[in-house]
Amino acid sequence: MNTAKVSESIHFQQKLGEETGYLKMIWQRFFKHHMAVTGTVVFLLIVLMAVLAPWLAPMDPNRVDPVSFQSAPSAAHILGTDDVGRDVLSRLLYAARVSLSVGLGAVAIYVMIGTLIGAVAGFFGGWIDGLLMRITDIFMSFPYLMVILVLVSVMGPSLTNIIVVLGVLGWPQVARIVRGSVLQIKQMDYVKAAVALGYSAPRIVFSHILPNAFAPILVNATFGMANAIITESSLSFLGMGVQPPTASWGNMLTQAQSLTVLSSQPWMWLPSGFMIVIAVLSINFMGDGLRDAVDPKSFR
Amino acid sequence: MQPLLKVEGLKKYYPIRKGFFTSRKGYVKAVDHLSFQVFPGETLGIVGESGSGKSTMGRTVIRLEEPTEGRILFNNQDISRSSMAELRGLRKEMQIIFQDPYSSLNPRKRIGDLLAEPMQVHFSFDDSTTKQKVNDLLEIVGLSQQHRNRYPHEFSGGQRQRIGIARALTLQPKLIVCDEPVSALDVSIQSQILNLLKELQGEFQLTYLFIAHGLAAVKYVSDRIAVMYLGQIVELAPTQEIFKQPKHPYTQALLDAYPAADPIVRNRERIVLEGDIPSPAHPPQGCRFHTRCPFAQTRCQEEEPLLNGEHHLVACHFPLS
Repeated sequence: MNTAKVSESIHFQQKLGEETGYLKMIWQRFFKHHMAVTGTVVFLLIVLMAVLAPWLAPMDPNRVDPVSFQSAPSAAHILGTDDVGRDVLSRLLYAARVSLSVGLGAVAIYVMIGTLIGAVAGFFGGWIDGLLMRITDIFMSFPYLMVILVLVSVMGPSLTNIIVVLGVLGWPQVARIVRGSVLQIKQMDYVKAAVALGYSAPRIVFSHILPNAFAPILVNATFGMANAIITESSLSFLGMGVQPPTASWGNMLTQAQSLTVLSSQPWMWLPSGFMIVIAVLSINFMGDGLRDAVDPKSFR
Repeated sequence: MQPLLKVEGLKKYYPIRKGFFTSRKGYVKAVDHLSFQVFPGETLGIVGESGSGKSTMGRTVIRLEEPTEGRILFNNQDISRSSMAELRGLRKEMQIIFQDPYSSLNPRKRIGDLLAEPMQVHFSFDDSTTKQKVNDLLEIVGLSQQHRNRYPHEFSGGQRQRIGIARALTLQPKLIVCDEPVSALDVSIQSQILNLLKELQGEFQLTYLFIAHGLAAVKYVSDRIAVMYLGQIVELAPTQEIFKQPKHPYTQALLDAYPAADPIVRNRERIVLEGDIPSPAHPPQGCRFHTRCPFAQTRCQEEEPLLNGEHHLVACHFPLS
């Protein structure tokens, strides 16, 4: 064999560059995206807020202060108290836990369902694909909020039920995205090579196709999290979400249904409304940054 | 000698669907009634223009595509109807090297994992044996062990093709389909890869089905050459003979298409093909080549010539002599 010589010359030809993986490249591009970095920082602060709520909160979020209810911000209650005399700041901090668990929980469930359905449809094709995609179409044509309202009222409004309902209804978009990516990746020669090497279908799908479809899933999951937080807030606002006394940004807003509160007691609804906007905005900024970072066409 | 691969009447048709409710409108006849044999240790070169069905044929014989009709006998075992599960064990015996070295390697896998995975799936080596074998393979194809922890994008086209070759060797196959393995590479790298393939053939007793669209690469590696036109073999003969004495006008045209360096030869009479290869959805009646053949007669339009002969097979009513 003469290959030793060949290998030597090849060594010579190449300048061995730094090892830069795909993820590292994405991370570098994400980091250059100022809005995305700002969003990430704000989001991490909210996560910290939720995790450290028991230590940060000045008092028990459900404790009723008998002497001061509907009181304006003061030294005792930095953000004032609500109509039954609970500390608004403490409730705000604890409510972050609800929003984040709805966001993460629902998205985790529906990304799993959507990825599985999309991958099976895209990989096997034929009638399996047809059937699964028609089911997806049906799910997509539901009037989303109404179905959620009905399901939550049937199952009973609770944090777990909201997560499950949002998770079970949210997958169609992910399924479509994953199916599209799988169809595309399936045509790549490295997947054909995997078939030729006699790998099993699950190995090909999970180890060779899906890791390459990861980027669009992650982007969708980020935006989905913002959506889930908004939906939970809307449900709670309508009284079908997280039930009092558990604090949620949505049900704290409920008090703004009264005109007096709306006009003359802004501390009772402004902070929670602000938190919803900030949380959703920061997550969406992160999503924008991710989308640009994984898009091969948007080099900056 | 027993052929390693025997293909009988192989057809691969792709249905043309138009609209949502109307079903088939016809077929693209990518491979239409092919028969040939490949013997152990030899290289059968397959040559043809784009659209002649050579790649489809290569992928169909190792069952990456479902054959529409016909038999594929590998080691005397008909694999044309085997299920995917039955095939999984047989996959070890036949591998493929792809044309595009960029899409043939999973961008998320390190080279070491890429080469270890087939062995982990099919053999029960312990980790150190697998690692050793990966190192050996890298050495064999002219790369080094240090490349194990790199990702595909860190390599050049030629190096990637070497990795593709190493991957095809992991399972110690008998047959390798080389699907235009050098056409995407620089000319300077092409000969390196061809030499490597030749060396490996000697060392591991490999049998190649070598697909290419130019005659030059095929001439260098092949023992016999089959010329394909519109999904059919029009001529099949030992390499020397096909270059010295082509019998089919199409083969002659392919040979004439090469620019000659010698000025005396340059003024020879040449067959120059005009127009494009007809659509495989509507192949011409009779001899498929008659629309572009300078020697076509009425018989060619009506009657389809069959591939016949002893060692030098040709499908033509009026073969050149």
